[in-house]
Amino acid sequence: MPNEAKFEAQGLSRSYGHGKKLVEAVKNLTFTIPNKAIVSVVGQSGSGKTVLAKLLLRLETPTSGALFFNGKPIACERDPRQHWRSVQAVFQDPFSAFNQFFTIRAQLKSSFKLFTQKPSADEIEARVDAALLAVNIEPKEIEGKYPFELSGGQMQRMLLARIFILRPEVLIADEPTSMVDACSRASILDYLMKLKKELDMTIVFVTHDIGLACYISDSIFVMHQGEIIEQGSPERVTRSPTSHVTKQLLEDIPDVHRQWIRRSASLSP
Amino acid sequence: MTRPIFEVDQLRAHYLTRFGQKIQAVDGVSFSLRPGEILGIAGESGCGKTTLVSACMGLYIPPLHLSGGDVRIDGQSIIGMDVETNRRDILGKKISMIPQGALNSLNPTRKVRDLASDMMLSHGERLDKKEIEARLRGRFRKLGMPAEEVLNAYPTQLPAGMKQRVVIAISTLLDPRVVIADEPTSALDVSTQKAVIQLLFELMDQGIIGSMLFITHELPLLRHVSNNIAVMYAGEFVELGTTEQVIFNPRQPYTKALMGSMLSAEPGHQGQRPVAIEGAPPNLTHAIEGCRFAERCPEVRPECKANRQVIRLVEERQVRCQYAE
Repeated sequence: MPNEAKFEAQGLSRSYGHGKKLVEAVKNLTFTIPNKAIVSVVGQSGSGKTVLAKLLLRLETPTSGALFFNGKPIACERDPRQHWRSVQAVFQDPFSAFNQFFTIRAQLKSSFKLFTQKPSADEIEARVDAALLAVNIEPKEIEGKYPFELSGGQMQRMLLARIFILRPEVLIADEPTSMVDACSRASILDYLMKLKKELDMTIVFVTHDIGLACYISDSIFVMHQGEIIEQGSPERVTRSPTSHVTKQLLEDIPDVHRQWIRRSASLSP
Repeated sequence: MTRPIFEVDQLRAHYLTRFGQKIQAVDGVSFSLRPGEILGIAGESGCGKTTLVSACMGLYIPPLHLSGGDVRIDGQSIIGMDVETNRRDILGKKISMIPQGALNSLNPTRKVRDLASDMMLSHGERLDKKEIEARLRGRFRKLGMPAEEVLNAYPTQLPAGMKQRVVIAISTLLDPRVVIADEPTSALDVSTQKAVIQLLFELMDQGIIGSMLFITHELPLLRHVSNNIAVMYAGEFVELGTTEQVIFNPRQPYTKALMGSMLSAEPGHQGQRPVAIEGAPPNLTHAIEGCRFAERCPEVRPECKANRQVIRLVEERQVRCQYAE
């Protein structure tokens, strides 16, 4: 079991606006994200999941509290690129994450700019090919293609290919499956597990579907109105949820094996 | 047996690209809807679900063209009608659509009241301001929304779930016979999704809408929503049966694979590993000789790639596979 903490937060808060319009997006969070684990953050829309993801990515600065990465305060370096070398993200909409005017291959190659020591041209080509194969895409398939020529599922895999190239220590995946077909969802989750297994990555998986969270994670945080109201292992959270929000989230999944919605008897299917 | 409200008969539609290619996106789809029936259509993205919506509504806007077939509402064909007449007399009144991206389908610079009254005026209803106001309030209240608050708001001031409900309320203002819901919940979280489905049921139970076509890529959701399910692949229906038949006892290999790729969070079913369907749907720019699913089918046989599959009846359901039992 991993014992060292990758992220550690103490009283972490982020609020927007002031006075009457003050919105506390994230309130007084204290948590640790262990090394080499998949931690899921689950909650309804507006519960502060994405703000938390942005705080971990250093795209937002906390209004109060402290956040440590590998034991050091997160903003200790002036240059945020130092942080981004070790923490990378996959977002909801893959089409907005790629530039429409360049080929996908060129953009995958440009991710090497983040490295301090750029490998040779041949090695770059080889590593791009290897990353594409890791997400089950033949390099020939996307040769000379632009983002709009691929489907949502394929683009989401391109984002994951970028992660296979960059090999960060931590991956923040913010709703990576919401734009993807229900039938390709399983494959995206399998790639996330592969990243953890093969590259020893720590993954923070943000989702509103607690079912997906159970499937891949080692530990689940349930968020509601900016606070973590429940955390624990997937088995514990799904079998004996302590808070009503978790119960609600579990009930609201339209699962085939149980009653989901009530309708007047005469018309029900 | 009651007469169907909505009949689609061997409907075929294609796109013409600017390079002169013809893409047969919908190829020979037939189904009918009886009053009070909800038919769910499931399939991957790119299988022709959204094209089927436009084709069913008679919205043939280039590059989409009709290649054949017929669509009838209450026995009246809407194919071959000119665009203006269709827009004024059929759309909204007889058949209405709930669009996919509800968050982008409301004009952000106009109040909900103006958007809703536009819907009534542009379909030939002659009403004065007071009548419109009364009808809007009545309808919004009937659907359990705070009428005054919502009508006065700009779309950006409403949360996502409320926006989707406003879109549903507006598209059903004129009491259409048939409603086509094109992925009405795909952008919402699970709890809001439930509220939206409840609203759709409300509309059916109060008799505001006659029957519904519910399009989604999530088969588990259809289990709770629809009476019958059609599974679509590469422009064709591959299986059409009751919800029980399709969800719990699928026969066509594609339906089986689709069910196998779904996750379940229920205790007792968590152990089942979902299996994604490898590969991509076929390119429809040229005619395909044999079975369209043959490339990805786990139960493929050598002759599948040559034999064109036709719909046949297997235990009271339609299946497009000659080996399904």
